[in-house]
Amino acid sequence: MRTHTHQEFEAELRILKDRLLAMGGRCEQMISTAVRAFEDRDEDLANEVMEADREMNKDELAVDDLAVRILALRQPVGRDLRFAVAAVKASTDLERIGDESVNIAERATEMQPADQLSPPGSRLPEMAKRAGAMLRDALNALVEEDPNKARDVFTQDDAVDDIYAEVMRLCLEYMKNDPARIPDGMRICNCAKYLERIADHATNIAEMVIFTVEGRDVRHRQG
Amino acid sequence: MNKRTDSDPDFGVKMQTQDVNIFYGENQAIKNVSLDIADRNVTALIGPSGCGKSTYLRALNRMNDTIDNCRVEGRILLDGEDIYAREVDPVEVRRRVGMVFQKSNPFPKSIFDNVAFGLRIGGEKDKDLVAQRVEESLKDAALWDEVKDRLQSSALGLSGGQQQRLCIARCLAVWPEVILMDEPASALDPIATAKIEELIRELREKYTIIIVTHSMQQAARVSDFTAFFFMGKLVEHGDTAMMFTRPSKKRTEEYISGRFG
Amino acid sequence: MRHTKKDWVLAGLTGASLAVILLLLAVLLGQIAWHGVPVISTEFLSASPGADMVSGGIWPAIYGTVFMTLLMTAAGVPIGIATAIFLTEYASPRSRTAKLVRIAVNNLAGVPSIVFGLFGLGFFIIFVGGSMDALFYDDPRPVWGKPSILWASLTLAVLTLPVVIVTTEEALRQVPRELRDASLALGATRFQTVYKIVLPNAKGGILTGVILAVSRGAGEVAPIIFCGAANFLPYLPTDLRDMFMHLGYHVYALATQSPNVDAARPTLFGTVLVLLVLTFSLNLLAVIIRSRSRAALRP
Repeated sequence: MRTHTHQEFEAELRILKDRLLAMGGRCEQMISTAVRAFEDRDEDLANEVMEADREMNKDELAVDDLAVRILALRQPVGRDLRFAVAAVKASTDLERIGDESVNIAERATEMQPADQLSPPGSRLPEMAKRAGAMLRDALNALVEEDPNKARDVFTQDDAVDDIYAEVMRLCLEYMKNDPARIPDGMRICNCAKYLERIADHATNIAEMVIFTVEGRDVRHRQG
Repeated sequence: MNKRTDSDPDFGVKMQTQDVNIFYGENQAIKNVSLDIADRNVTALIGPSGCGKSTYLRALNRMNDTIDNCRVEGRILLDGEDIYAREVDPVEVRRRVGMVFQKSNPFPKSIFDNVAFGLRIGGEKDKDLVAQRVEESLKDAALWDEVKDRLQSSALGLSGGQQQRLCIARCLAVWPEVILMDEPASALDPIATAKIEELIRELREKYTIIIVTHSMQQAARVSDFTAFFFMGKLVEHGDTAMMFTRPSKKRTEEYISGRFG
Repeated sequence: MRHTKKDWVLAGLTGASLAVILLLLAVLLGQIAWHGVPVISTEFLSASPGADMVSGGIWPAIYGTVFMTLLMTAAGVPIGIATAIFLTEYASPRSRTAKLVRIAVNNLAGVPSIVFGLFGLGFFIIFVGGSMDALFYDDPRPVWGKPSILWASLTLAVLTLPVVIVTTEEALRQVPRELRDASLALGATRFQTVYKIVLPNAKGGILTGVILAVSRGAGEVAPIIFCGAANFLPYLPTDLRDMFMHLGYHVYALATQSPNVDAARPTLFGTVLVLLVLTFSLNLLAVIIRSRSRAALRP
């Protein structure tokens, strides 16, 4: 598409996209740091995640503010309008991802010290990696306005759901065999849940991409 | 060119109106308006028809003097000096404060002669200077590329949007400090309008611009500050983003959201 | 489009009126042409009339008409245009002076032309001319205080003044207000605006008005009867104090003063024809100029 006659409008859209990407980058960082904190029971890493979350909250306000300003002053229509709406929703999803990472970090500090991750916990890093990749792909799809990339994310979400189901199964096994393992086991279950939710938030962002580019609202039934 | 996306907070004040009242005979069109105009920013004047915004605008370059029974009271300051003071020559004021009108009004002369008009009547005789200034003004008005090969052809042969940009170039040629625009794009189609609006944003780097518009959307797109007039009074004045997202007066909110005609 | 009975009746009536007018015009012009064309010859146009007013030509009358017209134009047109400019561009709509001037102009337009003749006699010849004689000359014979081409031209100038003023005002009003506003907004004075923008754009209309006034003035006879026109002059007017022969007046003279009215008839028609050709040419010129200037304002 050609650029707008109003160059400042063009610039504002660019800034909005950049801010979303920056938020996404911060999220990815938070996810991997939180999971490492969980693996290593590292309190310092956990605090890093809390710190980053405060920044995330500020970012969300800034993105919403800019989107509202664009809506008020530019009267966008068509794709521009859908993008502005998508940006507001995406910032919410990103902020929630941050919150979920904080949850993981909090569980990290509560875990018993141990040399390595128990079997169910061993699949968490993989979930984290996938969720992070999904997030990155979804945001790139939003900024590049690429619906195919967005559809990829839906497929990846299926894989994450599968891993989640397996982690839950392993966790139950783990806890059944030894009641002392229950506290840690519960925490692992929770982390798996948080990561699965992170993947869902990434999927939401991908749905917003389809909405922006194709004008179709594919939420609540993927297509 | 350094583009600002938010209005520069370190502006000075270019023009001020203090307790201004304007009458047409017995009829009072502007009631006690005090307003500061920020230097090198775009200020939009909005309000329903008949609220006095065009009357107010015309007082800023003493064009009201040409209307027979129009009386202006109060002080209107340009760089701190009252332009209605007895010793002030309105002709000089109009050279410093230019105006672009609602319907483009090029003279039935060539494009070159149109732009050169202001300089020539000001006494400029140096042909090279005039030619250079014509080129600069047409470039500033984003019209040069379209007309550079036919400067001697009649200005009336241009399209509506081009004619309006020609009128802007003509206004710029005399180095005004302030440019007043009375609904400059209301007679134009959307594409021409967008070009004029973008031009206004570019001009703001060098000139103070005050624009009257009946389109609130245009005010939102184009201005840094907005002043809302209603029945001759100034209801609210502030930063455009604030006015359109969180106006403080209920009447402003009602007008901009289309809740009364 | 449905045509009702009323439409047909209206069309019929207006068509009939048109036919009558055209018929009358045809008869008038036809008669003049029929009797006048045979008389026209180079000799007719270039020779002086003989003493019986039938033989010879009408050259002095042509010369006198043109000379008088030029003087009348030079005297009246600048004043008329200036007055119109004052009324349109400078006077405020509520000004008393403007109202008075307008009333005066309107009344002037309604004065019968013979009254102008008396005015010319009483004011220009007797009062102004007489005073000049009294002040500057000791000679008891009148120098300025007698009928002459000067006073006749001035009298006609006053007669055509309202036409010039009204048509010039109209032409000035046609110039759109936006052009004046644009000029003033660029820092032009009122004078510069009038001189560089308004007048050039009103040129066509003003010129048209001037030509129409001139063509009317050239044909007027009543005002010049007392003021300077002569039946028969052996010399061409070279000085402002001279009397002169005039085409329109010559027609009157031929019809009423000539020794043999019947014999003079062909000459009479010839003179009328020349006068008409002159007047029509001027009117045609006005039409051409008006349409040219209208076209110039369009891209």
